[in-house]
Amino acid sequence: MEKKIYLDNAATTKTRPEVVEAMLPYFSELYGNPSSVYEFATQNKKAVDEARTKVAQVIGADTSEIYFTAGGTEADNWALKAVADAYSDKGNHIITSKFEHHAVLHTCEYLEKHGIEVTYVDVDEYGIIKLDQLEKAIRPTTILISVMFANNEIGTIQPIKEIGEIAKKHNILFHTDAVQAYGQIPMDVNDMNIDMLSASAHKLNGPKGIGFLYIKKGVKIRSYIHGGGQERQRRAGTENVPGIVGFGKAAEIAFETMAERAEQETKLRNLLIKRVLEEIPFVRVNGDKIRRLPNNVNFSFQFIEGESLLIMLDMNNICASSGSACTSGSLDPSHVLLSIGLPHEIAHGSLRLTVGYESTEEEIDYTVDKIKEIVIKLRNMSPLYEDFMRKR
Amino acid sequence: MYTEKVMDHFTNPRNVGEIENASGVGTVGNAKCGDIMRIYLDIDNTGIIKDVKFKTFGCGAAVATSSMATELVKGKSVQDALQITNKAVMEALDGLPPVKVHCSLLAEEAIHAALWDYAEKNDIKIEGLEKPKSDIHEGEEEVEY
Repeated sequence: MEKKIYLDNAATTKTRPEVVEAMLPYFSELYGNPSSVYEFATQNKKAVDEARTKVAQVIGADTSEIYFTAGGTEADNWALKAVADAYSDKGNHIITSKFEHHAVLHTCEYLEKHGIEVTYVDVDEYGIIKLDQLEKAIRPTTILISVMFANNEIGTIQPIKEIGEIAKKHNILFHTDAVQAYGQIPMDVNDMNIDMLSASAHKLNGPKGIGFLYIKKGVKIRSYIHGGGQERQRRAGTENVPGIVGFGKAAEIAFETMAERAEQETKLRNLLIKRVLEEIPFVRVNGDKIRRLPNNVNFSFQFIEGESLLIMLDMNNICASSGSACTSGSLDPSHVLLSIGLPHEIAHGSLRLTVGYESTEEEIDYTVDKIKEIVIKLRNMSPLYEDFMRKR
Repeated sequence: MYTEKVMDHFTNPRNVGEIENASGVGTVGNAKCGDIMRIYLDIDNTGIIKDVKFKTFGCGAAVATSSMATELVKGKSVQDALQITNKAVMEALDGLPPVKVHCSLLAEEAIHAALWDYAEKNDIKIEGLEKPKSDIHEGEEEVEY
């Protein structure tokens, strides 16, 4: 196939043409600084406010509870570091899960070097956090629970409402990294007792470099980026107006089309799973069958290594991703796949495919055909496969 | 990320396969770290490597270094094969990304392991050949964040 097949929508997405169109005037014509007094700039302030309302409605938040950031990673860093700082009188203990995104895990590791104690709760073999273990981990000094809404590698959706209830019962703040889930599946911060939520525009066909942190009214955390009085004095720096406008447009479209997209993407995802499981031996689906994002599938192909698979898919114009060590730059495969109990060699052979709103059945069929060919080729040169076949 | 030569040897690897009743077989690496290399040598009674095959579980660089290593040892004497270093394999591939240098070490070790097996089977000593490490990652440190 000449055309590129993009099945890595969990990494990033194409900015929708409507979103680009909405952003363009804010580069060339409406370039004013929203903080300025004159009429020319007030249009920008209005555009930022409108976008804030649009991104807020996706999670049932109040407009005043949305604070724009440069992306999901900044929002995660801010939430964790600012809570550790602002609530140091109350305690120094944070609870999170073993399979969080590195934006949370590495922030926790940093905080551990600065006097914060962190408990990393296990997830089960399906990639769902162990709630009983989470509740048992609570101490009098616990100030924050941070658990992702949906996992970025295996797409599993966490029992967020139950975690929110536990946090509320023990009067502990609850933050969720919703970068993968925001705009993809329904969520409501009030119903789910979420105090803080991180999101990013480029995962829902918006632009890169813009995200937000939702902070519930009454949560007393300060900015950790100091300067001007933007974002109600909680996040300094001149607003990324085109980015914010683009985020607003992308959130609006994602919200309106959520149900139909979920249906379409689930259909394609299930076709992909069905064909691979039926046509390729020694393969497993990682994560939960039902409690997973509509667009995500994660396979492990036994006896082969993920990077080889990715390069060969790339040569066939197919973009995908893997949790193998070779793609992470270290010797260990993905911490997510290890956290659900996969042995290293199975984790090395993982392949993540994430469909998008433009994915087609034809693309899925072509991709499965290619995966089949490549898996056979790689297994034929694998000493693990040779040993396995000899033993049979 | 990879040179044209690496891509060539990855997509069209030379000498993939097995040799039945091989003179020497060496397997190095481990599945935990994501790469295993196995090299089969067919050595005649004058000590010339007549044929060589490999099987590799690993990334693009691991496959390419195995393929190149087999090309470099084919037709060589045991002594000459022993002189082939990971640097020679890398140079023949026009270089590897820094994180993949360990793959070329694995290729060198795999040749040594196969030669060691040949020496043991024939109860001979190959001068300069030390017992190969089975795990080349021993002692390597993880990147700190």
